[in-house]
Amino acid sequence: MEILNLARQAILTPAGLQDSDIEKIMGRLLSSPVDAADIYFQSTHFESWVMEGGIIKEGTHNIEQGAGVRAVFGEKTGFAYSDRIELPVLLEAANNVKAIVRQGREADPLQCKVSMKTADWPKYYATQNPLKSLADQQKIDLLHRVDSETRKLDSRIEEVIVSLIGVHEHVLVARQDGSLVADVRPLVRMNVTVIVEQNGQREQGSMGGGGRSDYSYFIDKDTALAYGREAVRQALVNLEAVEAPAGNMTVVLGSGWPGILLHEAIGHGLEGDFNRKGTSAFSGRVGERVASDLCTVVDDGTLAGRRGSLTIDDEGTPTEKTVLIENGILKGYMQDQLNARLMGVKPTGNGRRESYAHLPMPRMTNTYMLPGRHDPEEIIKSVKNGLYAKNFGGGQVDITSGKFVFSASEAYLIENGKITRAVKGATLIGNGPEVLTKVSMVGSDLELDSGVGTCGKDGQSVPVGVGQPTLKIDGLTVGGTSV
Amino acid sequence: MQNHEQINRLKNTVQEILDEAVKQGASAAEAGLSQENGLSVSVRLGDVETIEHHCDQGLGVTVYFGKRKGSASTSDLSAASIKETVSAACSIARYTSEDEYSGLPEKELLATEFPDLELNHPWDIGVDGAIALAIECEDAARSYHEEISNSEGASVDTHQGVRVMGNTLGFLQGYASTRHSLSCSVLGQRGDSMQRDYWYTVARNARDLESAADVGKKAAERTLRRLQARSLSTRQCPVMYCAETASGLLGSFIGAISGGNLYRKSSFLLNALDTQVFPEFVRIHELPYLKGALGSCTYDGEGVAPQTRDIVSEGILRGYVLSTYSARKLGMRSTGNAGGVHNLTIDPGKLDYQGMLKELNTGLLVTELMGQGVNMVTGDYSRGAAGFWVENGVIQYPVEEITIAGNLKDMLKNIVAVGNDVDYRGNIRTGSILVERMSIAGE
Repeated sequence: MEILNLARQAILTPAGLQDSDIEKIMGRLLSSPVDAADIYFQSTHFESWVMEGGIIKEGTHNIEQGAGVRAVFGEKTGFAYSDRIELPVLLEAANNVKAIVRQGREADPLQCKVSMKTADWPKYYATQNPLKSLADQQKIDLLHRVDSETRKLDSRIEEVIVSLIGVHEHVLVARQDGSLVADVRPLVRMNVTVIVEQNGQREQGSMGGGGRSDYSYFIDKDTALAYGREAVRQALVNLEAVEAPAGNMTVVLGSGWPGILLHEAIGHGLEGDFNRKGTSAFSGRVGERVASDLCTVVDDGTLAGRRGSLTIDDEGTPTEKTVLIENGILKGYMQDQLNARLMGVKPTGNGRRESYAHLPMPRMTNTYMLPGRHDPEEIIKSVKNGLYAKNFGGGQVDITSGKFVFSASEAYLIENGKITRAVKGATLIGNGPEVLTKVSMVGSDLELDSGVGTCGKDGQSVPVGVGQPTLKIDGLTVGGTSV
Repeated sequence: MQNHEQINRLKNTVQEILDEAVKQGASAAEAGLSQENGLSVSVRLGDVETIEHHCDQGLGVTVYFGKRKGSASTSDLSAASIKETVSAACSIARYTSEDEYSGLPEKELLATEFPDLELNHPWDIGVDGAIALAIECEDAARSYHEEISNSEGASVDTHQGVRVMGNTLGFLQGYASTRHSLSCSVLGQRGDSMQRDYWYTVARNARDLESAADVGKKAAERTLRRLQARSLSTRQCPVMYCAETASGLLGSFIGAISGGNLYRKSSFLLNALDTQVFPEFVRIHELPYLKGALGSCTYDGEGVAPQTRDIVSEGILRGYVLSTYSARKLGMRSTGNAGGVHNLTIDPGKLDYQGMLKELNTGLLVTELMGQGVNMVTGDYSRGAAGFWVENGVIQYPVEEITIAGNLKDMLKNIVAVGNDVDYRGNIRTGSILVERMSIAGE
């Protein structure tokens, strides 16, 4: 009840809207024989601070609020939204979207009784406003400290850029069954980028992190300063990097953020919408082997404080730990309400949307592989010639052909079981349904990423997490220049 | 006209916002307001899938207290929220540092002439009309060939918006514009091979859109030609970027000569001004005042007049891409590029698409790129690719699961030819581009 009241106060009270007004809008939506309907209210406060060139260069503050109204009929969806949370505007929106029913069979209007119910679920993060967790002057002091401590680390540092971002979001979902559910979501993120120069050659390194927490996250345990140290280390490694190899070879992926492999290679291909439509390389393959038996992969929105975690998804479904692949066998897909209903399965709490102005669809939360039994050093030792990729930039996938890429930003040659020279960044490319069948060793060192992931799909961005233990893949194409 | 009333109303609001900022103590301020309405309709397998009614608005305000700056934005345009947003920006400016380069543009650089660029062409298609058009488009794709096995659908999008911006130097301008598009994406299957591809058309005026039948047909053709793609062995060879992928190559070049990357020294083209960056035959210019084009405007994001100018001529870099701030950091003047370039155009060469394939002779035609894989600091370039293997100027078979790699500095210098098969659908207008040699990694 506490969260529901907070969301009511943040969204409905300023707009002068009562529960009875929500009933009116829902009543309007349900006056046509729709299969499902919801109203999504959202209010987001966002701030960012940027330090560059040794000064606090920029600060921004953003308030976004609005409501999205949706009606679903069979496979059809009608949707409208507005920045104005006002009864007449939302009634008009409801009129527009329920016209979706006109685009199909005629049926008798359902008898709908709208009575607001409430529910609370386990909480994976606090409700306090992270923007207020430090006074503005303390945020400035933090940035200054990270900047000056980082600059002290090496004389080759040319530039340090530090950014701090905080988001506080209230979400209220009214559904056709009469339930009204809410979530209050904090999110913080810090990033440090350094540029180093040596003999006229420049390189950069970058490290950041965060989660569904407040700014104390960066102060406790020295986290912020550690980002600076890591960014400098990466930049200096890259100064020494030689040309990356080109061709198919054994690749060892480090633990943590390299789990972007799972996100791209299999994650997107296991989203419910693509599989209902039969457009994914994984369509119709539940029960089949898609990975070596060392691989168990889950999508888990229930991890406390993680960037990709949610108490409820954006359709009001509680999130879960969903097993995607168990000992190499494909177990199931990630679902939102629409695709779960059409496929005759349960929703998995993966219905997410960028904002009230976007339609929800199946999206990942935190996607990771469970640990195996190998010592990471033993894995490196087992490779005669190959690549050890420790850190990555972004990735992308074509879910139909299954081809995916992810770009290494820190990588080393493995020669005779030993990590030797650093090589320049390179893109790795593979085939999603195939790559995990080539996993021959899984480390015992499961690690989740530091909280930097943002996933894009159909133009919508949402925060996500990834993770994995050290993995050995017997054959992946490495896109270097050294042929 | 209705737009005039709306623009005037928004101009009044922007003036009130600027006045409020000054009242709250700002020595200078800049504000922008936008309102946009739109309709998106998608169909799949011959039936409606989604109907979306868009209605967006936003306010952004930047205030200066001397050399200190703060910004804030909101989607709530109520009087109370506007006041709060101005206060938030002012409050931030109390904490940002003195920055000697910050501030509004030089007054003499602000745009003073505002010709009608014919950017506003509302499309009264309606929901039913949009559904019919999208269905026609998808039908054309699905009926094209029996190997077209599935569909991600076709969609029609139409948007109309009004933008107004002003600053305390007395600049206060606004304009209305439209953007319409039609797209289609289908899947094909042959044996075990499943592929998907798409085509789209976009224009300010719906009259300039390709026909629904053509868009559907092209989507189908592009999907079918990818079926049974294979990898290549690792090698070095010439690479031809088709027009759609070539615009990304020029986009990386623009990134490297953009003020932000230059003053941060995070560009592989530092100190490249007046030096040979491309071969001699290359000319790249900006055309901000083209009528009805997608990248046209009479003022940039700060109110500065954009310039019709050569960025590269005879292969030599003649100018950077600068906003007011980045220009001052570099000791230069704004080039009217706050917010980006305007209709960036590379002079087309003599060869058409077929001629370019002949010129490629034996090598890789790239039709799709995946991932980021571009290091702006060093120019190191490594991206996933798909396309076709070409021998003696003739396409042999589709390829996928390969990467192409090189260094952008070398790649730009080693451009052999630019085609006249120009893709006009974006803000970067180029034909296909042939690069002498790159590293291909595959099986």
